[in-house]
Amino acid sequence: MLGHNNAALVPGAGVIEFENVAYSYGGGELLSDVSLSLQPGSFHFLTGPSGAGKTTFLKLCYGALLPTAGHVRLFDRDVTRIGRDGVALARRRIGVVHQDCQFLDHLTVAENVALPLGVAGEENAAMEADLSELLTWVGLTNRAHARPPELSGGERQRAALARAVIMSPDVILADEPTGNVDWDMSQRLLRLLLELNRMGKTVMIATHDLSLIRAAKAHVQARVLRIASRKLQLAGADL
Amino acid sequence: MRRLLPDIRAVFVREAGADRVVPPAGFTVQLTLFTSAAMAFLAVFALALSLAAGRLADRWGDELARSVTIRISAPEEEMERQTSAALAVLETTPGIAEFRALSDDEQRALLEPWFGAELPLAQLPVPRLIEVTETGDGFDAAGLRLRLQAEVPGAVLDDHARWRRPLLAAAGGMRLFGWTALILIAAATAAMVTLAANAALAANAQVIAVLRLVGATDAYIAAAFVRRYTLRALAGAAAGTLLGVVLVTLIPDTGDAGGVLTGLGFQGWDWVWPVFVPPLAALVALLATRAAANRVLEDLA
Ligand SMILES: Nc1ncnc2c1ncn2[C@@H]1O[C@H](COP(=O)(O)OP(=O)(O)OP(=O)(O)O)[C@@H](O)[C@H]1O
Ligand SMILES: [Mg+2]
Repeated sequence: MLGHNNAALVPGAGVIEFENVAYSYGGGELLSDVSLSLQPGSFHFLTGPSGAGKTTFLKLCYGALLPTAGHVRLFDRDVTRIGRDGVALARRRIGVVHQDCQFLDHLTVAENVALPLGVAGEENAAMEADLSELLTWVGLTNRAHARPPELSGGERQRAALARAVIMSPDVILADEPTGNVDWDMSQRLLRLLLELNRMGKTVMIATHDLSLIRAAKAHVQARVLRIASRKLQLAGADL
Repeated sequence: MRRLLPDIRAVFVREAGADRVVPPAGFTVQLTLFTSAAMAFLAVFALALSLAAGRLADRWGDELARSVTIRISAPEEEMERQTSAALAVLETTPGIAEFRALSDDEQRALLEPWFGAELPLAQLPVPRLIEVTETGDGFDAAGLRLRLQAEVPGAVLDDHARWRRPLLAAAGGMRLFGWTALILIAAATAAMVTLAANAALAANAQVIAVLRLVGATDAYIAAAFVRRYTLRALAGAAAGTLLGVVLVTLIPDTGDAGGVLTGLGFQGWDWVWPVFVPPLAALVALLATRAAANRVLEDLA
């Protein structure tokens, strides 16, 4: 684990901080001059037109991309200074639901969901219990022994969410986690995320789904961020 | 060599689940198994060849070292003088490392098998023996013979075993050839495992991306691949070694004929050597896969 814990954070500092961050894939800048401090226990939505850079922003948040200018700090450590191992360790505290839900296709759904435990060397009996509870929650108990390619789009997203939260991470970043599921299931997944947020986890969800945002706002003080014309803005509170 | 021990330990003690993150045995892994077996088989033969050539070289070398003697037959009263004359000649002959006149006791020991223990040496016209040891370059036998003829009339230079000298060099060459072959076999194994591991790692870029997403360190990912290739190389090499040893054992031993071919079997402590082949193959595979993994992980970062 990171030598550093929340206690070591300077007061007011966030778990993930952007300081004048810019990013470009090589062409023009996709994001420029983005500053942000994600406070522990906060709940954020991230919106914006398709292609605006939401996925890119989330990748910057978990160190999959490094900023082309400015600084990104994960748990108070600059991502450009901690090396690949440092990023790997930070990622164990950040659960990620990837937009295209990457899995290891030769393992079962249950094994994929438990993968972060194995990678962190934390497989044990208590975790096994968590695993079956989690699979029940996302409604995948009867698909536990299927292979990922046999899942529907929605099932894949649910499995990805389960994998993202199994380590009980400090931060959960979800890229369109409800894009392929029906209303009932999206409410169920939202409840899981709200529950985790109540336990003190920081949550950020990239989504186009305004009804999801409205549903969340009934339960939690959620802020809505919007990426538009290369900037990150706080969206109107009237959503 | 940094971190070698932890890596070796990781190959054997990591929980069964950890290397399952790498997709099941692909074609490259099968190739590793086969090539390690073939290489180990060849290594056993190269080893047998080196050891046999070494044995031969040692034996011929020993015989050669004790092969040159000067025999002095002279009347009792002449003996002392001729012996010192011969020693003086040897003193000034290039290519001679050592020489020594045998004592009465030593001569008696030599003759004992034929004449019994109570040989009255002093009363018999037994020739005096001088043992000569050559340097590596050898001496000019014809020249020495001429000088002895001139200065020590009773001396006879006996160098009948010297004809083996070029054979000794050949045996040494054969031994060198065997060891070179072994080194080349190890290098070829490393190259083959590197190619196989490189291909497998590049083909599994997606797997590596997923593992990184869930917080895997480079060391974890590398270990999963290293473990797979090392164990395959070990298994393949064990099979190849076994087969090689069985075949070497089956080569008929014609006893003391002394040829390299017929003396190819392992003898005594030689049996220890083939045991090292599989672990050595595994070590080579471990180092090669680790280097390949580090390179690919760097590229995919
Ligand atoms: N690896 C890449 N190399 C080059 N350009 C990229 C790469 N990834 C994304 N882009 C471009 O960057 C822009 C932003 O992509 P991004 O995936 O962040 O958008 P998004 O807001 O998540 O869109 P969506 O809502 O459709 O998921 C797009 O124009 C995309 O084509
Ligand atoms: Mg996206």
